[in-house]
Amino acid sequence: MFRTLAIALTLGTTLSLAQAETTPDAFVMTLSTEVIDAVKADKAIQAGDVSRIRTLVDTKVLPNVNLQRMVVKSVGQPWRSATPEQQKRLTEEFKTYLINTYAGALTQVRDQTVKLRPVRAGSNANEVVIGTDVVNKGEPIQLDYRLEKAGDAWKIYDFNVLGLWATDSFRSQFARDLSGGGVDALIARLSEKNKQIAGTKN
Amino acid sequence: MSRFHFALAALLLFVLGGCATAPGSPNDPFEGFNRSVFSFNETVDNAVLKPVATGYQKVVPQFVRTSVDNFFANLGDAWSAVNLVLQAKPVPAIEMGMRFVFNSTLGLGGLFDIAGDAGMERRNEDFGQTLGRWGVGPGPYLVLPILGPSTVRDTAALAADFQAAPAAWFQERRDQTGVTVLQVISTRARFLSATRTIDDIALDKYLLIRDGFLVRRRNQVYDGNPPEEPEPPEPPEEGSDKPPPK
Repeated sequence: MFRTLAIALTLGTTLSLAQAETTPDAFVMTLSTEVIDAVKADKAIQAGDVSRIRTLVDTKVLPNVNLQRMVVKSVGQPWRSATPEQQKRLTEEFKTYLINTYAGALTQVRDQTVKLRPVRAGSNANEVVIGTDVVNKGEPIQLDYRLEKAGDAWKIYDFNVLGLWATDSFRSQFARDLSGGGVDALIARLSEKNKQIAGTKN
Repeated sequence: MSRFHFALAALLLFVLGGCATAPGSPNDPFEGFNRSVFSFNETVDNAVLKPVATGYQKVVPQFVRTSVDNFFANLGDAWSAVNLVLQAKPVPAIEMGMRFVFNSTLGLGGLFDIAGDAGMERRNEDFGQTLGRWGVGPGPYLVLPILGPSTVRDTAALAADFQAAPAAWFQERRDQTGVTVLQVISTRARFLSATRTIDDIALDKYLLIRDGFLVRRRNQVYDGNPPEEPEPPEPPEEGSDKPPPK
């Protein structure tokens, strides 16, 4: 569909801009299919080459994520009292950690397909929840996304696996370090975790 | 076995219930106790379960392991069908009943998941979900020795679930033990790579598993459509008009 659209546009036909606007469910479907297909097509990824998976997440998924919003949501109140320098370092470590998390999930991809569940509108037209089921055999795995409108496109600002929202899970796990040693403790913890993950080859 | 576990859990709950840690989730008043059982389980898992499951995965060929998984899942389907009846959901109950009948006959006693190949999805229902459907709240989070994450409600429900466990389909005590051991090993083997991923990414494994377990159970009770919970408020961003730091 998108290829046809692109061809149509390049051919200079009279497609109005309104038609080029993506619906949130189409956005999620395209992105998930692309990522799953990329994993399936890549023998190195299936063999567990984590650096390849990270590159895939970095190039394909991350541009569609509002990282800033995710990190603020995951950190909660302490974010406001952090210095700009701390915020910058925290965002960097969080980004790496998020890539690692997502990459870890992708190592589980085998021959799944993705199905949309009925759209559940969010509190306003600019934010929606899109639910998908990752279907293999047996029980489907629930994978949902919170999306915000960004111009004509959509950006992911939260996702959930089997009902657990990523930012909720992060906030719960971050809380101990934040209350113990503040933002610096959390930065140290994330940095340590990222190094540890980088150290394990598989 | 069921009575023993239930009594043990109830006793531990009673004795150690007092040692709740101060800050934490309202769902987890026994966090201190739960964490100690959790680390006990981790020790057992690392020392026994994981090595045995890894060996099982290495030695037993894939098609045999799939058949073993199918066999247990098929018996689970029958119990799911019963629970769907108890939950007054006739259509899914019939579907899961059909699934069980197809697989038990044409699928050679459940060794082959022909219903799944034909596109019939599996729904796992247990008595804890049935109680939830009847309006029983989950109660506090509870980590059970060996059995792992649970809630007070689900622990009570285990008494019924054990009566319908695959082992209950066998007469001889020796067979029952063998079946239970095989079920535990094959289940653990299926989750080897998933738990490896969790080990990799978790900052606090206890919390990750607890939060995940609680929302998943809630989801299961509402069949994937839990009543909407308001998104937690986001702290107002200072300088949100500035571009995000790169």
